[in-house]
Amino acid sequence: MTIKGKAYIVGAYEHPTRKAVGKSLAQLHAEVAKGALEDAGLTKDDVDGYFCAGDAPGLGGLSMIDYMGLKLRHIDTTETGGSSYVIHVAHAAQAIAEGKCKVALITLAGKPRSSGEATGTKPRNYGIDSPDVAFELPFAPTIVNNYAMCARRHMHEFGTTSEQLAWIKVAASHHAQHNPNAMLQKVVTVDEVVNSPMIADPLHRLDCCVISDGGGALVVVAPEVAAELNRPKVRIMGAGEAPKHQMGGHVDLTYSAGAFSGPAAFAEAGVKPSDIKYASIYDSFTITVLIQLEDLGFCAKGDGGKFVADGNLISGVGKLPFNTDGGGLCNNHPGNRGGMTKVIEAVRQLRGEAHPAVQVANCDLAVAHGTGGSLGTRHAAGTLILERV
Amino acid sequence: MTEQRTIPAPHIEEETRPFWDGIRDGKLLVKYCRSCEAPHYYPRSICPHCGSDDTYFKESDGRAHIYSFSVFRAAPIPYAIAYVTLAGTDIRMMTNIVNCDFDALEIDQEVKVCFAETEGDGPPVPMFEPAGN
Repeated sequence: MTIKGKAYIVGAYEHPTRKAVGKSLAQLHAEVAKGALEDAGLTKDDVDGYFCAGDAPGLGGLSMIDYMGLKLRHIDTTETGGSSYVIHVAHAAQAIAEGKCKVALITLAGKPRSSGEATGTKPRNYGIDSPDVAFELPFAPTIVNNYAMCARRHMHEFGTTSEQLAWIKVAASHHAQHNPNAMLQKVVTVDEVVNSPMIADPLHRLDCCVISDGGGALVVVAPEVAAELNRPKVRIMGAGEAPKHQMGGHVDLTYSAGAFSGPAAFAEAGVKPSDIKYASIYDSFTITVLIQLEDLGFCAKGDGGKFVADGNLISGVGKLPFNTDGGGLCNNHPGNRGGMTKVIEAVRQLRGEAHPAVQVANCDLAVAHGTGGSLGTRHAAGTLILERV
Repeated sequence: MTEQRTIPAPHIEEETRPFWDGIRDGKLLVKYCRSCEAPHYYPRSICPHCGSDDTYFKESDGRAHIYSFSVFRAAPIPYAIAYVTLAGTDIRMMTNIVNCDFDALEIDQEVKVCFAETEGDGPPVPMFEPAGN
């Protein structure tokens, strides 16, 4: 069964906080839920489907529906790290198409900043039952040095340079200067990026995303519900999801699961990358964007460096405006999970509600894409093709 | 010689104990499958390639070359993480490159296994150093 045209995003809300001292995690989830429902013109009593991932506290979805007082027909707690919320939109559309719910609420929240988490630089220990732990944790893998190995290999195989990667940060900073909520609003240059402190070579400090508290929520509804609402309608045209891992030791760091989720989404929507007016691409690091752009088919594998250079991702300047809220690189990265904010900014662009300085003219077709986990080990990608009606 | 981090002791399950016993004996053991004949890493009881449970450990000669690496320059004690491709196989394992000049590391560089002590009474873990050491 296809989900093409079977569901609409009618509510989107990004929490303005970047440091949520004094707020509980459940409270943040509830605040973004309230924001997205109000944006849609709906109430919590309209919600009959709820989606959340590993960031939800306690018993996850069960704790959150208890806290928010939701009465549901459908619940889905698919956990694929930062890409979860992109995949939740697809799962919500599937559930709606199958008649399992009509109004689906998706929430994300997190507080890594106020809790002082060393998100990218401290080895993550997933516990003794994690089957890989004995064979990885002793070597101190972190998020940043995992992605750095991807960048190094890409440079080796394709001649990608630090200056080309820096253009991705430069583009994000050009957008973030117009976002009063963004953590980093200063426009930076290629020189500033490549001269920022080396964290895990070849990735510099400014190749990395910010660490922020916050969250976001989305409301996905059936066509008959969307028809009753006054908000601009964003139709879900196609979706893809895929995992990738070490393949029993056949590690290949040059591509991601986006190589599978992207083509599936474009095929379902019946469009091609050159049709896309705006792209939200998960930007945990500059290299994350570059590999995703190749895997989604915006350029050939290995040509990402040339594709992103010279401002090609800057709205109003280049051919593919990306992450016009400033993205994870400059705006926020709530809960260390960037998929939610990717969908939210795509919705803003399709509604014509992005900041006027970065709004893409006649933006009627957009992609929102996320990865979760680590490109250096195991991860999952989700791709959405969205259309303004 | 570079200063060493404190290495956490690996968590050992019965499934992987022969691997760690091998390390204590100075051997790097790689899991192979009798059904599809392919090696895999990290070791499992059931082959992740074909699903057979007829798997066995075989000693590697410990030679490898660097597939990719990154030196964590911002860490209190900088260290090099890497994936290395084991010689004679198509499998890559996560490790550290040690006893080396971080600035001289290169992809495709030949390296050989060495063993680094871990905390407490844990077994050593397999790391790699330049083949010329």
